[in-house]
Amino acid sequence: MSPKYLFKVPVEAECVSPDVFAGKNLEEIGSLKLWEGNRQRSLNDLFYIEGDGPDTPEKLTIQVLGDVHKVRRIGAGMSAGEIFIHRDAGIHLGEEMRGGKITVCGNADSWTGAMMKDGVIEVKGNAGDYVGAAYRGSVKGMRGGTIIIHGNAGNELGCFMRKGLIKVHGSVGQFAGMHMKNGTISVGGNSEGRAGAEMTGGKIVVCGSVPSVLPTFSIDSLKSKAKINGEEATGPFYLFIGDITEEGEGKLYVSQASNPHLKLYEQYL
Amino acid sequence: MPEILIKNGFVYDPLNGVDGERMDVAVRDGKIVEKVGRGKKIIDASGMIVMPGGVDIHSHIAGPKVNSGRMLRPEDHFRDVEVKTEKTRSGVGRSIPSTFTTGYRYARMGYTTVMDPAMPPLKARHTHEELNDTPMIDKASYPLLGDCWFVLEPLSKGLIEECAAYVAWTMEATRGYVIKLVNPGGLEAWGFGRNVRNIDDTVPNFNITPREIIQGLCRVNNLLHMPHTIHVHTNNLGKPGNYTTTLETMKCVENLANGDKPVIHVTHCQFSAFKGDDWQTFESGAEEIAKYVNAHSHVTTDMGQVVFGDTTTMTADGPFQYILYQLSHNKWINSDVETETSTGIVPFKYKRSSFVHATQWSIGLELALLIKDPWKIFMTTDHPNAAPFIHYPKIVSWLMSRTAREKLMKKINRRAQHKSLLPTIDREYTFLELAIATRAGQARSLGLKQKGHLGVGADADIAIYRIDPENVDPSKKYRLIRRAFKRAAYTIKGGEIVVKDGEIVKSVSGKTFWVKPETSSSLKEIVPRLKEKFEDYYTVQYENYVVPEHHLAVSCPVTVKAEV
Repeated sequence: MSPKYLFKVPVEAECVSPDVFAGKNLEEIGSLKLWEGNRQRSLNDLFYIEGDGPDTPEKLTIQVLGDVHKVRRIGAGMSAGEIFIHRDAGIHLGEEMRGGKITVCGNADSWTGAMMKDGVIEVKGNAGDYVGAAYRGSVKGMRGGTIIIHGNAGNELGCFMRKGLIKVHGSVGQFAGMHMKNGTISVGGNSEGRAGAEMTGGKIVVCGSVPSVLPTFSIDSLKSKAKINGEEATGPFYLFIGDITEEGEGKLYVSQASNPHLKLYEQYL
Repeated sequence: MPEILIKNGFVYDPLNGVDGERMDVAVRDGKIVEKVGRGKKIIDASGMIVMPGGVDIHSHIAGPKVNSGRMLRPEDHFRDVEVKTEKTRSGVGRSIPSTFTTGYRYARMGYTTVMDPAMPPLKARHTHEELNDTPMIDKASYPLLGDCWFVLEPLSKGLIEECAAYVAWTMEATRGYVIKLVNPGGLEAWGFGRNVRNIDDTVPNFNITPREIIQGLCRVNNLLHMPHTIHVHTNNLGKPGNYTTTLETMKCVENLANGDKPVIHVTHCQFSAFKGDDWQTFESGAEEIAKYVNAHSHVTTDMGQVVFGDTTTMTADGPFQYILYQLSHNKWINSDVETETSTGIVPFKYKRSSFVHATQWSIGLELALLIKDPWKIFMTTDHPNAAPFIHYPKIVSWLMSRTAREKLMKKINRRAQHKSLLPTIDREYTFLELAIATRAGQARSLGLKQKGHLGVGADADIAIYRIDPENVDPSKKYRLIRRAFKRAAYTIKGGEIVVKDGEIVKSVSGKTFWVKPETSSSLKEIVPRLKEKFEDYYTVQYENYVVPEHHLAVSCPVTVKAEV
């Protein structure tokens, strides 16, 4: 499928999901309803759709061509199958997804994989804020699955995360792993700081530099490597435990080599 | 407004002694009439039951704390969105629905009158603005007076008449309807970080006990001839062992009863019927409460029934909400309203697997089934404290069907199952008893003479449900009952059809009732004294405190002749 024109207002497209498409012919798929701004439209009005679909979502792959950065909630709640987005995706991509795989060749926006329970999201470019986070006010963040981002990610990555893995090859913004309860966040690049604020459990690994570690974390030890779901990141890493304000037992690994300014912590070891 | 004739329905009208008779109901100009002429609209209600519109005596639907609750919980709203239609406005739902959605959802269930039970007098203006925006239902609000300094000061000196004068003034100033007491004395103490432990504990700085406050306001209520009794949220609410406090509270006004007329309403009684010394030895005190209520005529109560699931608790009982926060470690709000009252909000989840929550579920139903007279116990959930009001159809099915109760019983906490009294109770509500517990009893208790019945001259607030009582056994077909009460076949409000087949067909704005006490002119003397007190105590001036009558969208004063 590809858009018929460049969308000027947001399009709410939770119907673009293998679970919904499976077992439908092109005509039925084309008549699915979605909102463009404050108008209800059918999928045919907004997209060229072609191809043939198997009956089960497991075998179904949806290829999304063209510019869909205004299209929200693609793959929301999907449980199986695959979505392949060739360019940038809009916000709330794969929100609450329960299985399957979403691949984005361009950039993904904010709230990617928000509250997801299972499945895989892979973003070749950058992602926005609140990746794998909980909805505003909720304490149920990401509860399983994997998010892989090859570029950079924004602020509050994995906010209220409870399980699963978020792997960022680039750098992340502030407050990565805020309120985190369990699960793993791995950052290949730098963090803009305040990683793990109010975390109560789980693991954050930062291979690049951090401006500072929050004063509510206490240094535990110096580790030569950190385990990230079977893989290993080679350190050495400073291991901090926190967040003390929440009586937390979260683990924050920070690379020793990239952070010479944290050397003062070594006197407390 | 067309005339309407509802034909051949099975009518349940307890106040007029009609028990499921097949008869016609005629409506003209918003009232029930003897008969209607030609050109009428006919509703064929054959195979359906016809009841007066539902009345809810206790449901937090408006006011500053409800609004704070809305702001506190965006995650509560986003899954439950109502889209705008030609007839209705958009909104959000779940435990604290937006004002318009509140009105629509009540109307869909056949409810036409809903009372907001906790209005801090200082925040009356806000409360009425929200009530103005709550369509489809008639409503009123209860000012919180149990901890107000204007009440405590004269009561501590034993000046009942002076207190009555202040209460009369407050009713008119805040456009209130009922004298509401929440943890009397305790909220005043909470302003200084303390609480009262029982009804004979002294309130700090006032040299008065909760017992004296309850008795004093009950006397005031009698002096003013208020339409409803005092509406009491007891001390020690939500603490194990509090059933003794509840019994004490009921007993302390025993001698103030005048004949058979009730003088006290103990609200959301489930939260006040806990036995045991702590949460480990927690058990139901429903039997003791029911025994007392069965033997005395001066008390009415409502259930405050728990339904399992996620909800938001909100009450003026600040200290209790603080305890709830400590138990749940959830996000919370607590606030103090100057010299008047306090507030707390905590999101809460009632779990089947929890012994305490499952026992609470059982206590509510035990009370409703063990109190023999349905005129004494009404169906509420203390929305949204024990559950959002949208769950009423579930409670109806539990009351009407033992099978429905037993089915859920199997899924709850094991220890709670063994301790529950429910397996020993066979009683199932009949349609007539249900009509009392959900409409007639509540309307009579509130003193709303035109509500809760279908006699000639009553307001034409009618609910029609798609149940054929001749062919449907509610005990077995409880799912059908649930469905029918969820979506009324018709709701008629003020003589107009507003709901058809569970969908809103017309949006109307309801009236706001308030009590206008007719007092002797000498009471005007208190105004200069009040002004002085506003200078001393308040951040608001006397002139800005009073809510003008034109502030109410549809004002409906209820005049009472006061003895002061």
